[in-house]
Amino acid sequence: MTKQHAGPRTGPAPAHEKHVRASKQRAAYPYTLYLPAAVVYLVIFLVPTVMAFYFALTRWTLFDSTFVGLQNFRDFFAEQNLRIGFANTLFYAVVTSGLKVVLGLLLGVLLTSRLRLRGFLRSVVFFPVLVSTVAVGFTFSALLRPDTGLVNRALALVGIDGPDWLGDAGTALLSVALVDVWKGVGIATVIYIAGILSIPRDYYQAVAVDGGGAWHRFRHVTLPLSWPATYSVILLSFIGGLRSFDLIWTMTRGGPGFTSDTIASIIYKQYQAGFFGLSTAGNVILFVVVTAIVVPLNYFLGKRQAAL
Amino acid sequence: MRALKRFGADGIALLLATAIFLVPFSFMLLTAVKDRVQSADLDFAWPTSWPVVQNFVEVIEARDYVLLRAYVNSTILTVVSVALLVIFGAMAAFVLQRRAGKIGKMADFLVLSGLIIPPAIVPTIWLLQGLGLFKTLPGLILVEVAFNLSYAVLLFRAFIAAIPRELDEAAMIDGCSGLRLFFRVIFPLLRPVTITVILTSSVAVFNDFVNPLYFLPGDENATVQVTLYNFQSQYNTQWNLLFMDIVLITIPPLLLFVFFNRKIVAGMTAGAIKG
Repeated sequence: MTKQHAGPRTGPAPAHEKHVRASKQRAAYPYTLYLPAAVVYLVIFLVPTVMAFYFALTRWTLFDSTFVGLQNFRDFFAEQNLRIGFANTLFYAVVTSGLKVVLGLLLGVLLTSRLRLRGFLRSVVFFPVLVSTVAVGFTFSALLRPDTGLVNRALALVGIDGPDWLGDAGTALLSVALVDVWKGVGIATVIYIAGILSIPRDYYQAVAVDGGGAWHRFRHVTLPLSWPATYSVILLSFIGGLRSFDLIWTMTRGGPGFTSDTIASIIYKQYQAGFFGLSTAGNVILFVVVTAIVVPLNYFLGKRQAAL
Repeated sequence: MRALKRFGADGIALLLATAIFLVPFSFMLLTAVKDRVQSADLDFAWPTSWPVVQNFVEVIEARDYVLLRAYVNSTILTVVSVALLVIFGAMAAFVLQRRAGKIGKMADFLVLSGLIIPPAIVPTIWLLQGLGLFKTLPGLILVEVAFNLSYAVLLFRAFIAAIPRELDEAAMIDGCSGLRLFFRVIFPLLRPVTITVILTSSVAVFNDFVNPLYFLPGDENATVQVTLYNFQSQYNTQWNLLFMDIVLITIPPLLLFVFFNRKIVAGMTAGAIKG
């Protein structure tokens, strides 16, 4: 945000004028307008976030806590069941955001082309974004059932013997990730549509003058110039993917065994089991993972955007 | 030839969209109107009988009208949270956009943190318990406001940036400043973005599952999402009722989508790109 000047100015403002402007600002834009938002945000969000760093170091029953140092974190990394959440969370975030970028871009290009049904198709692709995750989770659990599920029936038609998608340790997490993409690709698509529509037509005309075809248009105009959209999609889906809980919980509950647990589902399981300190340690780990990935990613992507 | 090719592309796109996006929804609908025995197959088949009304009534009456109570709870939760979000968010965004400085920078940083940082669950429960708000609707409302505030502030701030400062100055000459300046002059101008914030946050709060699960557990005052979730574990032989429940819960967002499609899409893309 940059400070806006009221008018053209030469040299630094005289001291009294500065003072007048400051007091005018105080009257016009008092900090009290921050107050309600600040109170709710600080009390309900910031205080627990800060306190988490202390409670993660304790054995904790909500009413009293005993300091145990880094024991919770040691547990987290020593136990196979807990450690797996770490790798799963990263896998889930990478798969979902990668697919959302690729499919979102493809759908964005398709839905800005001259299709007649463009408007209808945009709505169809976007609608799952607005449907409750629990409902989506249950519906796809049914569709992915091993014998009667529609997915395996369809695969059987072309002679493929589909696996037990959610019951098999090898495919459970991937299946949930694919459903996540199904539900979330609409957001990526509309972001890409906005990005592609903001590309000046001149570039496409220039390609046409040079005799370039559709691939040329995509490769040398659409792809590089929709970079801001890619940046948003990657960041959004990474943040969402690292934190995701509801779809995993409604489809597999982390199962079979612990093979599709993510950090967020482990936090819930430990909370349910009454290990509040351990659960909070999971929260701190999630916090570290998210910031350690998103902040550099934001910096790196932002730099590329500025260089463009 | 060209026209044919274009129809071909349309046809293929339509076919794929139907297979990928519409089939799951038709599955929901079909299962919701089947009878109990057939729905247990969980396959994609045409219903043999159509007990639509019966399923509807049964789902409503199930467990002593829990769904109706959940609907009331979810409505209160959504309406109050969104109202607070709009007012708190717009006020904060106004000062944030107009007045730079140390506090402004700090607030800016906090807004971004709010978008990125995953909330610390158990410490929030501990805090709500300390305030006597754990397992209460007001507690959950405050949680929703706190967790969705950053997004609302971002949307409002981007919009306020386009309102010229000369307007504020004119109002100040007329002796209007502070709260009056905001509510009399600025807030009415925010109508378009206010509608966007209302729509997107309503969908987010209404569909929220995680926060009610943690902060408002139990059947007593559950929200629709939690009710749906509990329904599955308790009635997993009555798939027709489960899917009728799903259909009923999908109707409010569907209605919003039908009437405000463009606004919702605009809000979500604006929020994403500015964020």
